[in-house]
Amino acid sequence: MTGIVCRCMDVTKEDLLNAIEEGYTDIESIKRVTGLGRGPCQGKTCVPIAIGIIARATGKHPDEVGYITPRPPTKPIFLEQLADEEVKE
Amino acid sequence: MRDRAKLVIIGGGVSGLGTAYHLAKSGFTDIVLIERGYFGSGATGRCGGGIRQQFSEEYNIILARESVRMFEKMSEELNQDIGFRQGGYLILAHTEEEAEHLRENVRLQNSLDVPSRYMDPSEALDIVPHLNIEGLSAAAYCPTDGVSQPFLVVKGYVDTLKKMGVELHDHTEVKGIKVENGEIKKVITDKGDIETNMVLNAAGAWSAKIAEMAGVEMPNKPYRHEILATEHMKPWLRPMIISFHTGIYFSQSHDGEIVGGIGDPDEPSSFRIDSSLEFLERFASVAVRYIPVMKKLKVLRQWAGLYDVTPDARPILGPVDELPGLIQANGYSGHGFMIHPMVTKLLAEYIIDGKTSIDIEPLNLRRFKTGEIIQEANVVG
Ligand SMILES: Cc1cc2nc3c(=O)[nH]c(=O)nc-3n(C[C@H](O)[C@H](O)[C@H](O)COP(=O)(O)OP(=O)(O)OC[C@H]3O[C@@H](n4cnc5c(N)ncnc54)[C@H](O)[C@@H]3O)c2cc1C
Repeated sequence: MTGIVCRCMDVTKEDLLNAIEEGYTDIESIKRVTGLGRGPCQGKTCVPIAIGIIARATGKHPDEVGYITPRPPTKPIFLEQLADEEVKE
Repeated sequence: MRDRAKLVIIGGGVSGLGTAYHLAKSGFTDIVLIERGYFGSGATGRCGGGIRQQFSEEYNIILARESVRMFEKMSEELNQDIGFRQGGYLILAHTEEEAEHLRENVRLQNSLDVPSRYMDPSEALDIVPHLNIEGLSAAAYCPTDGVSQPFLVVKGYVDTLKKMGVELHDHTEVKGIKVENGEIKKVITDKGDIETNMVLNAAGAWSAKIAEMAGVEMPNKPYRHEILATEHMKPWLRPMIISFHTGIYFSQSHDGEIVGGIGDPDEPSSFRIDSSLEFLERFASVAVRYIPVMKKLKVLRQWAGLYDVTPDARPILGPVDELPGLIQANGYSGHGFMIHPMVTKLLAEYIIDGKTSIDIEPLNLRRFKTGEIIQEANVVG
């Protein structure tokens, strides 16, 4: 059975299983190989689901699969909210 | 893990993986490659993926030019789409002095068959219509420069090397190197020891620590560099935009996000890779000044990695005089990804034949003792 795991980047369960078959069994590598968790939600929805799938497929404990390093900002933010009016040269 | 190998490669970034690939391609597969984290977890997987030939110094121009030719064939060769996109690099100058440098650089690059062009700011609008040219003095553009996705390159190497029968170990750390009578005897890892007489030090920003394990001193220093990615968009920005004046660089990756960074001249040397709000503010201020429509663009994530910086901003390649079994493949500053194809090919040539098709002697570690140093001026960040 297949289905979308990462809605932002269109990563399916099958994509994850293929990556595992190629030998990528930790979540940091799988993120980079499949694109999982690299869209607007930054993995908040899909990573916990993916960890479950990877743990089941590899027989690893979910802790061994790891968790992606959370990257700031917490929510997407406009560049204009960050930019200085007066740009220093 | 094997307990013996002709060569142990320390570091699973592009330097170590690329060298392993070129060796294996020539039939040299008696290699064990050791990586402490996941493959690409050092600078490689954190980098901007920018590939430019517009350097100020002849040697770098040649290495970059040959590397571009290799990137052009890499997707096919590794049977992996590496996301290579040749949208060019547009370099922006602010002062008359910078304009003059660009003009000189372009002259040298053209003499070496690199098709860069010097132009007025108004001509740059043909390449990036959204550009705000106020305050700019000149620009230079090279259409065959580009970007590629570093972790797809890493994946291409890793999958190919496994098929070629090269032993790769991730999540394994080198803890020591045993040297006796001026010869390497053994590499000690947390998963076992490997007897060997030859080590490739491709440990990026940690290379000086690896060399120290073998009693060799190196001048490399680690510096944090921050970087960010925005939301994904349809293609609208063709080139990588950079400026040596403001230290910024940004481009659109092949899956649509803008990836970019900006150097901080006050950043002290350290191994920290945390992220700062101050970086976001500096990047946003300069990016929006160059391309005002980017105001409405959202930052999705930011991270940081380490530049492995040498005193002359050029890599350290080849054997160490007092310990010839230790071969250096590090010190790439902020441009190791772009020159790695040719550099790693040369390193493989050296390991197999003891000689190289382009002389790497000028990049030997000994230059810092003899004082024969040529500085690369065109570095960002
Ligand atoms: C933010 C940023 C942006 C950049 N942008 C660009 C760009 O646009 N274009 C470009 O060409 N270059 C860029 N660079 C530079 C580029 O990333 C590097 O020059 C290049 O990736 C270096 O590759 P490497 O293999 O030498 O080092 P690394 O990729 O750092 O690999 C070294 C590896 O050694 C491993 N290691 C260290 N110690 C040990 C140990 N004791 N045991 C086992 N393994 C160990 C590390 O885990 C690491 O994975 C950028 C760098 C940064 C940080």
